[in-house]
Amino acid sequence: MNVLIKNISNSIQPENDSESHSVAGENSSIVRIEAICKSFGGLQALWNISFDVRPYTVQGLIGPNGAGKTTLFNLIAGAYYPDKGRIFFDQIQVQGKRVHDRVKLGIARTFQNVELFESMTVIENVLVGQYVRTRSGFWSTIFRMPWTIKEEQGAREEAKKLLNFVGLEQYAEVRSSDLPFGWQRLLEIARALASKPKILLLDEPAAGLNAVETKQLGELIKKIRDQGVTILIVEHDMSLAMDVSDRIAVLNQGRLIAEGTPREIQSHDAVMAAYLGGGK
Amino acid sequence: MSSKLLRKTASYGIFWIAVAAAGMSIDNSYYLQVLTFIGIHSILALGLNMLMGYAGQISLGHAAFYGLGAYTTAIMTVHYDLSPWLALPCAICLVILVAFIVGLPTLKLSGYYLGMGTLGFGMIVHIIFREWTSVTGGASGYVGIPPLELGAFSFSSSRNYFYLVWCTVLISIVLCQRLIDSRIGRALRSIHDSEHASKAVGVNTRNLKLQVFMLSAALAGVAGFLYAHFVSFISPGTFDFIVSIRIVTMVVIGGMASIWGALLGASLLTLLPEWLHAFSDFEMIVYGLILMLVMIILPQGLTRGILDIYERSHKKYFK
Repeated sequence: MNVLIKNISNSIQPENDSESHSVAGENSSIVRIEAICKSFGGLQALWNISFDVRPYTVQGLIGPNGAGKTTLFNLIAGAYYPDKGRIFFDQIQVQGKRVHDRVKLGIARTFQNVELFESMTVIENVLVGQYVRTRSGFWSTIFRMPWTIKEEQGAREEAKKLLNFVGLEQYAEVRSSDLPFGWQRLLEIARALASKPKILLLDEPAAGLNAVETKQLGELIKKIRDQGVTILIVEHDMSLAMDVSDRIAVLNQGRLIAEGTPREIQSHDAVMAAYLGGGK
Repeated sequence: MSSKLLRKTASYGIFWIAVAAAGMSIDNSYYLQVLTFIGIHSILALGLNMLMGYAGQISLGHAAFYGLGAYTTAIMTVHYDLSPWLALPCAICLVILVAFIVGLPTLKLSGYYLGMGTLGFGMIVHIIFREWTSVTGGASGYVGIPPLELGAFSFSSSRNYFYLVWCTVLISIVLCQRLIDSRIGRALRSIHDSEHASKAVGVNTRNLKLQVFMLSAALAGVAGFLYAHFVSFISPGTFDFIVSIRIVTMVVIGGMASIWGALLGASLLTLLPEWLHAFSDFEMIVYGLILMLVMIILPQGLTRGILDIYERSHKKYFK
């Protein structure tokens, strides 16, 4: 993947930036998880999880298989609802809100297995990503109102900037299913950014990528954070998680066993035990 | 981009010229009638194509909306002696309302289950048409539905009705085309590709599916209105289950998610039975065989299939 990640300043968040600064001060949390419990049938997937995601940081979420990472991720994204506990986003309770309402508030996600709109072109995928920020309705579309045309042009311009940001601008008119896998992942990130989220949830973004691609992905993630977007990343790849995360939360068997900076996590006894098994 | 626009304008131009040429040159009223039926079927197929081809939601009960449009105007014009132009908005509103009420619970289903749900709805409506004799006229239906008139101008001649129907087709095409090329159209297609991901980018899939279901029903209602005033006689048999299937077949044969495909499908399925009269007793067998062959050879439908063949030959030519 010889994609050059280009630094286009403010191409992601020109409008919301100042607003989100005022809403979430430096020390507050953008996502607060309070005593979350979730079980599937008899299986207790998460038990009494509480932690905060700080704004403008990359928050890692790691743990062995079956630890409940993806469950927690889906609870924040809105694919599941918790049995108990609360989730705050920007001081608003979101645990009962539906997925599309959360996107409107500023939560965007990607999928572990990459879910693009495969019959559409690359740029169309990004345009769909702007759905919540555009307004043209049924009648104004049918009558081709001037503001609809203007909005469409603006949306296309912005989609191009976003493709430029992830390095896919030459492939705008290619069918998204024709892209190689690594680029599909980048496109999915661009599509998620198109809704101008305050937080971007990445579900194992390095799955299926080779070492070079993973490294470039790490750079892109940091670049997105530097544009003022908070990132929550569920990751299997330890080196990537340690490299990009400002803070890391570790889950094991549905419980939160550690939370801190990557350095703290690396020397944490319980984490060592969970990953390597055995002695304290 | 501009070549795309050019092609679009050109296809509209060709369409207009074809319609005008057919209207002016064809004097045989039988042919004009067949073409008018193609127009009515095209409106049905266009509407279902929005739902099925673009949003990926099947409806096996579209004949119900077609019938509701026809029956509403029949009852209002024959029974209450009202103007058809008053009946038209009433028919559209009623159909949209029914689509809303039916769609609210059924569109939560998907795939086969949605097919079953809409199938059941279609059958219920058909039974109502047949059995509620005091209102719908029962099995004998309605006779003497007045022809359409606009001031002193009458649409009773085949030629005038042909123009009326095809103008409606054109309006429907423009309407659908504009929706598809927009934010809403992209959201619809995204539901078809992955409803999961569509929600994740913030599309309220439930509402959008309901809206497109209502639009598609409204077009079927308009088709029903045009049908009733064209043949001046309606009975429940015209709106039964087989007709729903035929509309689905038009969309599939023509090519899903293609506006011109819907037109092509409607034309083929209207013309085939006319051409196949020569086979007399074997007519239905040949009809079925042709549909089977099209699906085996061009599983994506005629439009996509022909385009694929064209692209393939084009590539070879240049290499």
